[in-house]
Amino acid sequence: MGDTSGAYRILVVDDEPDLEPLVLQRMRRSIRSGQYQFVFAQNGVEALQKLEQDQGIDMVLSDINMPQMDGLSLLDHIPDVAPDTRSVIISAYGDMKNIRAAMNRGAFDFVTKPLDFDDLRVTIERTLNNLTAWREAESSRQRLVAIENELDVASKMQQSILPTGFPTTDEYEVFGSMTPAREVGGDFFDIFQLDNGKIGLAIADVSGKGVPAALFMMASRTLLKGSAIGLNDPGKVLREVNDLLYDDNEAMMFVTMLYGVYDPETRILTYANGGHNLPIIVHDDGSSSVIPSTNGVALGILSGGEYEQHSITCAPGDTLVFYTDGVTEAIDNEEEEFGMERLQETFKWGPEDCREAVLSILDAVSDFAGNAPQFDDITCLALKIK
Amino acid sequence: MPIESRRDSGTLIIQTEERVDSANAQAFYQELDSAIESDDRAVVMDMERLAYISSAGLRVILQTARKLQQQNAKFAICSLSGTVREVFEISGFDRVIDIHPSQSDAIAAVSG
Repeated sequence: MGDTSGAYRILVVDDEPDLEPLVLQRMRRSIRSGQYQFVFAQNGVEALQKLEQDQGIDMVLSDINMPQMDGLSLLDHIPDVAPDTRSVIISAYGDMKNIRAAMNRGAFDFVTKPLDFDDLRVTIERTLNNLTAWREAESSRQRLVAIENELDVASKMQQSILPTGFPTTDEYEVFGSMTPAREVGGDFFDIFQLDNGKIGLAIADVSGKGVPAALFMMASRTLLKGSAIGLNDPGKVLREVNDLLYDDNEAMMFVTMLYGVYDPETRILTYANGGHNLPIIVHDDGSSSVIPSTNGVALGILSGGEYEQHSITCAPGDTLVFYTDGVTEAIDNEEEEFGMERLQETFKWGPEDCREAVLSILDAVSDFAGNAPQFDDITCLALKIK
Repeated sequence: MPIESRRDSGTLIIQTEERVDSANAQAFYQELDSAIESDDRAVVMDMERLAYISSAGLRVILQTARKLQQQNAKFAICSLSGTVREVFEISGFDRVIDIHPSQSDAIAAVSG
């Protein structure tokens, strides 16, 4: 925040004149409360001028197609004039080519047209939370403070990308939770709406720790969301995310990720797996089994990696439980692992809803571990079919 | 416990420690880095003692494999316990790293 008023300043770049009154109207509460200030520009050239004159701009929200200078060229120039800003692109729905180009040029996230202001609010909030965490990381580095502070910053970045709301419909409900380890592990999950009422669900675990791992985590999440909106098949989505992560991965980081698309109409889950623990399907009588395995290597390490996909048909009352190895590899004071058997044991009495399913797993892990220190994040995501 | 290494007719053989997690992964990397010489052309990592490896540990294996690839060295790992093998299988690393049941198999694979 470069402004003394404490408000975040957002530069909106679009050649359509009706966007300015629309933004001012729909975001009026946040403007009145002093949370956000909006500045407007008609094209990339004007946007760069504004960024140069006004060093207090925190975020750029830009359309792609504009006269004089388009949004993609604007992204190329932003680091020269305003390195300490985050950019979000407005793109046509499903326009993967431009979304991908924007991500490669440093966009943090994107929203699609026609603008959904609820989604925009969430995206703005997430972007600015992330920017704040990043600025703390930078100032920590400059002050050369202890590594713990950096881990704290990485943890804030991790929290800033997790979804805060969980969809509930007549057909399904979703709940997820992540308990961070003392040393940030790098787990995340995501849920998003796709075409025709389908939902995309992902759970992932990034190797490494600290700010570099947190940045890799954000790149993974953003690329997944972009690919998932443009492509239907989970296998193709993971292949694309893998290729994009591999391209620029000198540090040899990787992410294990399971991504599935659930269609409430057919009750079919189609999924692909990049080296992650396989989810468990729990039936309403408390019996459970691991879903069939599919081939695929952790993302970011194998050029041109292929990801096999598979479908399962669920029944009403089934719950799909996605989890990370922080659950099964949680250790007690004797260094024994929690393991699959104990995990499946927690379902035997048939959880009522998926919030309860997730919380009962976390409780069971926590009871088991006692006061033994845990080295990994503990993450669970559940989808209950009604 | 730190790593142990020896050279046997041109092959560098490294014995790993018991546990590699995010707390000691960096130290593990540095130990491997100082054990491996730039003129090594065949390296075997024996994981017989390894009881647990986290994703941070897998990353070190991967960094080592990449480094060895860059210096045109052959690299294989061997003697994985059941749980460690499972970690390599779940993550798909068994398709990226050359894995052998015994040290003699691994040595045969990297030499010649």
